[in-house]
Amino acid sequence: MGWLSDRLNSSIGKKIIMATTGLLLILFLIIHLANNLLLFLGPEIFNENVARLEAIKPLVRVIELVLLLIFVFHIYNALKLYFENKKAKPDKYAINANSENSTFYSRFMTISGIIILIFLVLHLATFWREFNFGIHPSGESHPFYAIIQNAFANPIISIFYLAAMIILGFHLNHAFQSAFQTFGWRHKKYTPLVEKLGTLIALIMTIGFGSIPVFFYLASLGGN
Amino acid sequence: MAHSNINLTLKIWRQAAGSSTGNFEEFKVSVSPHASILEMLDELNNSLEKEGKIPVAFESDCREGICGTCGLVVNGHPHGPQPKTATCQLHMRVFNDGDTIYIEPFKAKAFKVIKDLIVDRSGFDKIQQAGGYVSFNTGSAPDANAIPISKDIASLALDAAECIGCGACVAACKNSSAMLFVGAKVSQFALLPQGQPERYERVSNMVAAMDEAGFGSCTNTYACEAECPKGISVSNIARMNRDFLKASIKM
Amino acid sequence: MIKLDSKIPEGHISEKWTNHKFNMKLVNPANKRKFDVIIVGTGLAGASAAATLGELGYKVKAFTYHDSSRRAHSIAAQGGINAAKSYQNDGDSIYRLFYDTVKGGDFRSREANVHRLAEVSNNIIDQCVAQGVPFAREYGGTLANRSFGGAQVSRTFYARGETGQQLLLGAYSSLNRQIHDGNVEMHHRKEMLDVVIVDGQAKGIVVRDLVTGEIESHAAQAVLLATGGYSNVFFLSTSAMNCNVTAAWRAHRKGAAFANPCYTQIHPTALPLHGEGQSKLVLMSESLRNDGRIWVSKKVGDGREPGDIPEGERDYYLERRYPSFGNLAPRDISSRSAKYVCDEGRGIGGGRAVYLDFADAINRIGEHAVREKYGNLFEMYENITGENPYKVPMKIYPAPHYTMGGLWVDYNLMSSIEGLFVLGEANFSDHGANRLGASALMQGLADGYFVIPYTLGNYFGGVKPEKVSTDRAEFKQVEEEVKSGIDRLLSVNGKQTVDDIHRKLGELLIADVGMSREKEKLEKVIKDIKSLRDEFWNDVKVVGKGEELNQTLERAGRVADFLELGELMAVDSLDRNESCGAHFREEYQTEDGEAVRNDEEYAYVAAWEYEEAGKWKLHKEDLNFEYVKLATRSYK
Repeated sequence: MGWLSDRLNSSIGKKIIMATTGLLLILFLIIHLANNLLLFLGPEIFNENVARLEAIKPLVRVIELVLLLIFVFHIYNALKLYFENKKAKPDKYAINANSENSTFYSRFMTISGIIILIFLVLHLATFWREFNFGIHPSGESHPFYAIIQNAFANPIISIFYLAAMIILGFHLNHAFQSAFQTFGWRHKKYTPLVEKLGTLIALIMTIGFGSIPVFFYLASLGGN
Repeated sequence: MAHSNINLTLKIWRQAAGSSTGNFEEFKVSVSPHASILEMLDELNNSLEKEGKIPVAFESDCREGICGTCGLVVNGHPHGPQPKTATCQLHMRVFNDGDTIYIEPFKAKAFKVIKDLIVDRSGFDKIQQAGGYVSFNTGSAPDANAIPISKDIASLALDAAECIGCGACVAACKNSSAMLFVGAKVSQFALLPQGQPERYERVSNMVAAMDEAGFGSCTNTYACEAECPKGISVSNIARMNRDFLKASIKM
Repeated sequence: MIKLDSKIPEGHISEKWTNHKFNMKLVNPANKRKFDVIIVGTGLAGASAAATLGELGYKVKAFTYHDSSRRAHSIAAQGGINAAKSYQNDGDSIYRLFYDTVKGGDFRSREANVHRLAEVSNNIIDQCVAQGVPFAREYGGTLANRSFGGAQVSRTFYARGETGQQLLLGAYSSLNRQIHDGNVEMHHRKEMLDVVIVDGQAKGIVVRDLVTGEIESHAAQAVLLATGGYSNVFFLSTSAMNCNVTAAWRAHRKGAAFANPCYTQIHPTALPLHGEGQSKLVLMSESLRNDGRIWVSKKVGDGREPGDIPEGERDYYLERRYPSFGNLAPRDISSRSAKYVCDEGRGIGGGRAVYLDFADAINRIGEHAVREKYGNLFEMYENITGENPYKVPMKIYPAPHYTMGGLWVDYNLMSSIEGLFVLGEANFSDHGANRLGASALMQGLADGYFVIPYTLGNYFGGVKPEKVSTDRAEFKQVEEEVKSGIDRLLSVNGKQTVDDIHRKLGELLIADVGMSREKEKLEKVIKDIKSLRDEFWNDVKVVGKGEELNQTLERAGRVADFLELGELMAVDSLDRNESCGAHFREEYQTEDGEAVRNDEEYAYVAAWEYEEAGKWKLHKEDLNFEYVKLATRSYK
């Protein structure tokens, strides 16, 4: 297996890891979003859906473990690349002309990634922990909807979530087409399409996920 | 063609040797808008020499944009702000009277400064030596028309082969990645029938040499393509990636 | 005392090379690695020789002053490379390429060498295609050709306007493979400053490391110079900034005869001067003359814009004077004609430039087709001048370009120093008094890929030169000479910069040893150059030290050699009382201004032996034309 680690440790190998894990994470995001959008159909449907997942908990745990591995690979590789690349370019120019030769999104990847990582940690520590290990004194059987409803009534949490989703959009806008480039799937006819699709996915994710805190916050205002 | 001279302030990177620290030195010059930026430096150097001062060391040779020897970072752009133009072909008419121009060497860990604006690009040669060729001995070639090659493929291969090996891609890249340079050479041979027998071995060896030389990796910002004086396309990087992936599966 | 023996093999012209290849000594494959070869210069000739000799198994050390062997000025050749493939079925043959080259050289080249060049031309194309050189193709996938620089057949292979680049990168790739395989040891950023001769044989070189300034010796059993031409003697030329004569000149001072220095080609299609600070002249490929029409106004000092000059008031002077060749007349004729119309005051706006107009071509084949053919050249033109050549005619003027003269070599490419071989533009052998377009690339690669691998083997196999060590006194002595030469340059500490003096030399030469020459002017310019040389050694200012990267010092050494070469060019021009090819003496012309050759007295190679600075001894190698009948060149 020496050849495999050699390959994966090469500059292109690491790019391929980034692209593969990245695309898998996009797939996860799509599923996650589909689940989340059920919130708009009301507490019953949403709670029922979560309960259905509860029923297959062992399977979910396995998937979560795989997901964790993907995340770890993606993040570990990204950080490794970041430090290696920093080492490869130790000095900066007096005048930085990068804004004229590359897109903001492409240069923002590390920072957007780190912001998403921070978000992820907080997200796991709050919603995910609450959903999985929360103790519910109310005794209500499935209070998931209510957890979200209560959390997003807080404007700080809502704004933080919305901001994170915008950053996620920035990340995905570059990431999707970038993965295609890394795999070598580039063609003068299809690449412009891929680029548009990447932007579309980024928009769907930002609007889809971002609409939830906005919706619940606005709803909480109305409720008062 | 008579035009009045323009007055400029130059901030030029001076560094006596690779081991010493460098700094910007300021010069005021008056130059014809028809002169190239290197001719401006020639004139500056000539006047420095007259005063017994050490001239600014910079490299250039053909001054026709093809040898790849010259390469200055002008206002943050490798080869200056004009697209698809090598430094030697950058004419002063793109600047305005009163402008301040920063002139720096290409910066990358793999391109050590030798003196002032001269850097060591021998890493590029090492990559080429690792596989940038078709292995056959002189005299053993079949008739040139024995293998027909479609006009489009020949043209695409030439698009890649036009790379002048100047290093602007590395200088432009925030990661100092050499992938546009390597991708171009890999692509030239990957496209042509002559390159097929060694296709996958070549890409593997050249990528390994590239990594060893200390270049960073590509994060697909495409700054290289934007700054390349020959407009080499990043589709060459994609082709290299694909071949590398295939090579990894095959070998 | 030099003795010239051209060593032309016996037999019919078409069999000489074949016979010679059979008769030459061979080196046993197992013994090849016992022979060291030094190659100086890694352009087309040097890189191809280094690669091929490495493949054969010799131990090669290659040197270049560049940071990479891919930078040599061969890379800038735009137009193409000739070969007698006759793929176009238009009547071409090896014999015709040979014939055209001898005729184009105005009967001042060696027939046997030229025929060999034509013979191997086809192998070169095969070789380059196999390397992956992406030549232009037809839709059916076969190689495309174009007619180029005065040829009446389409025998020129090309890769857009970047043929030289692609061929050099091909040779460079083969060289890289040999470096990788350990057969070639590559030395970058090292400039040869002298050759070392031991017991009459070239046994090594002394180089200066351009980064550290260190002086080093390298020994080998043969030394190959592939160091290019000397056009930069004119200061302004189409050569790269670093092109110089130093390696060849130092060998000349050690006993290598310098042949035909007066044959310097002025290329008709360069961009005109833009001003005083100009550092070099930029060439536009001659292929432009295939579709562009050259003209000036019939009026003296016509200040009108080109579009305002009606058809009837234009003088398409090449088409008028040379109806059958028109705009494709040979380089020397085209250049001189441009000079004359400008001397008459009919240049653009009365200055020194003529129009190269594509309006007709655009009307005939469309802008798209013109863009296909010349797109990158047009872009380059617009980039430099700021004018769009699709709309406004290009402005061009002749510029010093290629030097047919160079170190004298015999048929085996060996100079008058045993064991010192000279390849490519650095030698004198194949182009006579004028080089045809697309022949330089051909000659460089012929010498490197297909000639030297045989003839060097013959030298090793026959003479069996001994191995020597750089510890020998001969090396130490040359090292001392080189060091004291450098110290001398650094110690003058005068007032003029190296460039100032170089520019003055260039002005003297272009005026009197350029496109046209005259006895009185030559006699005067010889004196002027001598005194400029004194001025240099008394008043030059070379800043910095010897033990560091010092570009001023590099240039100073080169200019010192140019100051001697410039004089020899004038001496040679004065000796040659005739007009031939690029050498045009005003005294020797017909009433309508055509060159008059003097075959009775001047059908010889002038090989000059160096005695001391400013003093040479002339040796003559008679040229015999057995196969191409001596005839007056006519392009009417």
